[in-house]
Amino acid sequence: MNAPRLRARKLDIRGGLVDLSHGAGGRASAQLIDEIFREAFDNPFLNQGNDQAAFDVAAGRMVMSTDGYVIWPLFFPGGDIGSLAVHGTINDVAMAGAKPLHLAASYIIEEGFPLVDLQRIAVSMGRAASEAGVAIITGDTKVVERGKADGVFISTTGIGIVPPGIELSGDRARRGDCVILSGSIGDHVVAVMSKRSNLGFETELLSDSAALHGLVADMVRAAGPSLRLLRDPTRGGLAATLNEIAQQSRCGFLIEESKIPVRPEVVAACELLGLDPLNVANEGKLVAVADPSAADALLAAMRSHPLGREAAVIGEVTADDHRFVQMTTSFGGGRIVDWLAGEQLPRIC
Amino acid sequence: MKYIDEYRDGALARSIAATIAREASPDRHYKFMEFCGGHTHAISRYGIEDLLPSNVEMVHGPGCPVCVLPIGRIDDAIRLAMRSEVTLCTYADLMRVPASGGASLMKAKAAGADIRMIYSPMDAVLIAEAESARQVVFFAIGFETTTPSTALAIGLARRKQLSNFSVFCNHVLTPPAIRAILDTANLPEVERVLVDGFVGPAHVSTVIGTTPYVALAAEFEKPVVVAGFEPLDVVQAILMLVRQVNQGRSDVENQYIRAVAPEGNLIAQAEIAEIFELREMFEWRGLGELPMSALRLREAHAQFDAERRFDVVPVPAADNPACECGDVLRGLKKPADCKLFGTVCSPETPMGSCMVSPEGACAAHWTYGRFRDRAKASIVQAAA
Repeated sequence: MNAPRLRARKLDIRGGLVDLSHGAGGRASAQLIDEIFREAFDNPFLNQGNDQAAFDVAAGRMVMSTDGYVIWPLFFPGGDIGSLAVHGTINDVAMAGAKPLHLAASYIIEEGFPLVDLQRIAVSMGRAASEAGVAIITGDTKVVERGKADGVFISTTGIGIVPPGIELSGDRARRGDCVILSGSIGDHVVAVMSKRSNLGFETELLSDSAALHGLVADMVRAAGPSLRLLRDPTRGGLAATLNEIAQQSRCGFLIEESKIPVRPEVVAACELLGLDPLNVANEGKLVAVADPSAADALLAAMRSHPLGREAAVIGEVTADDHRFVQMTTSFGGGRIVDWLAGEQLPRIC
Repeated sequence: MKYIDEYRDGALARSIAATIAREASPDRHYKFMEFCGGHTHAISRYGIEDLLPSNVEMVHGPGCPVCVLPIGRIDDAIRLAMRSEVTLCTYADLMRVPASGGASLMKAKAAGADIRMIYSPMDAVLIAEAESARQVVFFAIGFETTTPSTALAIGLARRKQLSNFSVFCNHVLTPPAIRAILDTANLPEVERVLVDGFVGPAHVSTVIGTTPYVALAAEFEKPVVVAGFEPLDVVQAILMLVRQVNQGRSDVENQYIRAVAPEGNLIAQAEIAEIFELREMFEWRGLGELPMSALRLREAHAQFDAERRFDVVPVPAADNPACECGDVLRGLKKPADCKLFGTVCSPETPMGSCMVSPEGACAAHWTYGRFRDRAKASIVQAAA
């Protein structure tokens, strides 16, 4: 006589909530991983079903980066925490000039989180990864008691491989180098803030969240070793990025306010909220520092990529013992562009 | 952006600046005080100093509400926030202001106090309504600009019959502060601030109008030009002041006609008068105790007064003795004159309130203008 075969009911995604058993390592955990994550991320590495993913690598230089995502609200115009967790980590890898290979993802979920939202995030994450051509090949899920997290936190790690001859690093800016920005700043924060209930403004603006490795590959091809460094101006915005580079490269910057693209909606929202677009996070933009002889080729390559259409030279690297980032204002005066003191906006990435 | 770009027009600014340079007499020095932190911020952020001739100098005034709040009131707010039943709602600017003993609201929050950053006092009323078990206290600060919204919040709390909402009131008045700057007859000479005129308050004047400055301008023979917070407003106001000085006039003029009427906003004034009354005395950082310079809740609204509800007893507290915020607020010193500036005092580790608020003279100079100190230092070195 055959033993009765257990036929688990499928997850009640429409009405169900994550409970502690989903993180306990038992059958419920396995079911959650199967029906939500494996379904959404579907790829042969993940489908091996092991505690790790095994893959072969080519000889060469590899880069690795990791990032945690705690954005609130979880869903915002132009993206959600899932797509952001893919784009953000891919971008960190790509800023080395690398081709991203694989991602790992770790979820910390608060007890009581709706399964329908979890699935929506996982599907969006899987779509972002597949659009970028970078698979999520291993992962982890934990559930914590209600109140010990806020919905979902995601951590992703990426690895990538750097083409031979490319060596990008924050300490390589030299006096006279040009500074190129790939597009308008501030879109992400304004889109996210518009969904925070206590602020009460509406906008059609979408977050700029995007994977930049395709743009980076075109830039690397166009400029080769003349490209000194890339960085994505996320938390702290363009201001923090330039100040970081100034510290690393022991240089200064002189940029021109009128050259920096900012959308009118962003200017308006920043006026309203008392923010400076230079200080707010972006999730689909990059700053490049390059030998000025490569500027034209670089700009042309960027402008023919959908994510670099508004690319512009915004200034140059200066010699400066004080490592000041200075800006000529569109009004005609001079000012410093400083790091932001304290927390301007919590949880925007 | 409409109604913004027009007031940030660089070409127009340079043309007005050229007029200032032409009309300013080379034989004399012009020293004007911009009263408001909003002006200070605009001057620093847009680099207006670079547009002015060397004999037209701007000194910063006391019109930064965070800056003039004495340390003892921050201490009081922290003590309120540390009470287990209290949720303290505050503007974010106040979070990092140094209190006694290295404390701040930010540190109190990290230590477990329920402190929430809000954009509007109405948010505090809504929190009180939603969380009836909490005693919600709104930490009200500001000049006449922010007072009407505090008054409206109290009115709303009254209509909603909230018994768990109160206001820790620190609203102050502009005209007594201007008087304190000008009325230096009894001060030793080194403590006198010698200014030739004022760029008068912008948003404050939308509420109180221009009339309250008339007597001050006449009594102390100093011109006042009420001006908006956009950089072009400031540059135009400076030109108007130069002309008044050249013509020997001490009038109150209104550059900000798009927002300020001579009589101000009568509805807002009525709301303020309904809820608040004058305090006999209030301490200002930098200016000391000033009579009739601040507001408290009227007896009729005592139930919404956090000072009465929680028996707030003022404890005297002294500023860091090396901190020169007081002299900076009175225009006696410039930020870089302070020994602490940029050494131990920076926006990350502020020693005084002027380094905290974006409207504070020290924070504005550090954040936007400190590269000029290097230029000055190298000139001094070259001369030596």
